[in-house]
Amino acid sequence: MSGPTRASAPAYANPYVAGVGLGLVLLAAFLVTGHGLGASGAAAAVVSAGVEAVAPAHARASPFFGAWTGADGGRAPLGDWIVLEVLGLVAGAALSAWAAGRWQRRVDRGPGIGDRQRLLAAFAGGTVMAFGARLARGCTSGLGLTGGAALSVGAWLFLLTLFAAGYAVAPLLRRSWR
Amino acid sequence: MSAPLPLDATGPLAHAASALLLGGAFGVALERAGLGDARKLTGQFYGTDFAVFKVMFTAILTCMLALLLLGALGVLERTRILVPPTYLLPQAVGGVVFGVGFVLGGYCPGTGCTAAASGRLDALALVGGLLVGTWVFGEAFALLRPFYEATPARSRTLPELLGLAEGAVAAGVVALAVLGFAVAERLERRSAGA
Repeated sequence: MSGPTRASAPAYANPYVAGVGLGLVLLAAFLVTGHGLGASGAAAAVVSAGVEAVAPAHARASPFFGAWTGADGGRAPLGDWIVLEVLGLVAGAALSAWAAGRWQRRVDRGPGIGDRQRLLAAFAGGTVMAFGARLARGCTSGLGLTGGAALSVGAWLFLLTLFAAGYAVAPLLRRSWR
Repeated sequence: MSAPLPLDATGPLAHAASALLLGGAFGVALERAGLGDARKLTGQFYGTDFAVFKVMFTAILTCMLALLLLGALGVLERTRILVPPTYLLPQAVGGVVFGVGFVLGGYCPGTGCTAAASGRLDALALVGGLLVGTWVFGEAFALLRPFYEATPARSRTLPELLGLAEGAVAAGVVALAVLGFAVAERLERRSAGA
């Protein structure tokens, strides 16, 4: 059993085998599209579509949202490759969890905090992370993994500071997880 | 094969099919690896479970070596492989901010979507936070833009930056990863025995 979270959960794959599998999926993405995989870009696309729906003039005039909607609203952010890719990711992950007997409604947390606290921390973590990803021009998928395999300078710099910061703050957040 | 790779899948059908299929495979790989599990992910930062490092770096090695090989064989046109531009300061600071969010939130965006898809409500909250954070960033972009565009560097790749051959840099990455794997295995054994 490799999953320390729940003794009853079926074991996950060997990390090196799973890593080779993930690497081959990434390779396929490069060979088919020329760019790799991603995740946080989909959030930027969805948010831009939302702003466009509520305040189209504001969205199109914005250098951030306008990059997704087009200055004349001619682009459909929700039809972007990254949005469809994340839809596929959600479907694939759901199917995989269900097939492995791992699909379960639950809240992942350490014993030191309650569900409500954990949900708030997850939400806060998401907002903070969004800033990091947008500043860096990508997240662990689109910049770290994809750029890492392409030997991108920015990707390796991002991974280095990400892990360093993670280790630096982990002791302060120990109660959430251990 | 007549046309060199990448195929550059354009056209509405190829566009949608490639996104959905590759995304689906991405989701399966992350779920099978256990990366949709917040306590497994954060175990990385408490020395108990190095799945994040092992999966991610094995994937990077696999893809990096395959790209190198296909390039050397002349099957792949390397100049058409997208490499993100380098902006040293925002990428370094972005990594720090992202790392804090990762340990606080328990997932990164891709693994958060994986976790939400397997029933985790905390991951759903994280995805909500991602959307709100992205929106606030977008609204504040005029203010953030000078920093976002600060310290651009001409070199996009490590071989360019270091003035080394691609193969030499790749060999270095392999060596570092293998060393990292050995350390990770040792630390995991020690924490399991503790």
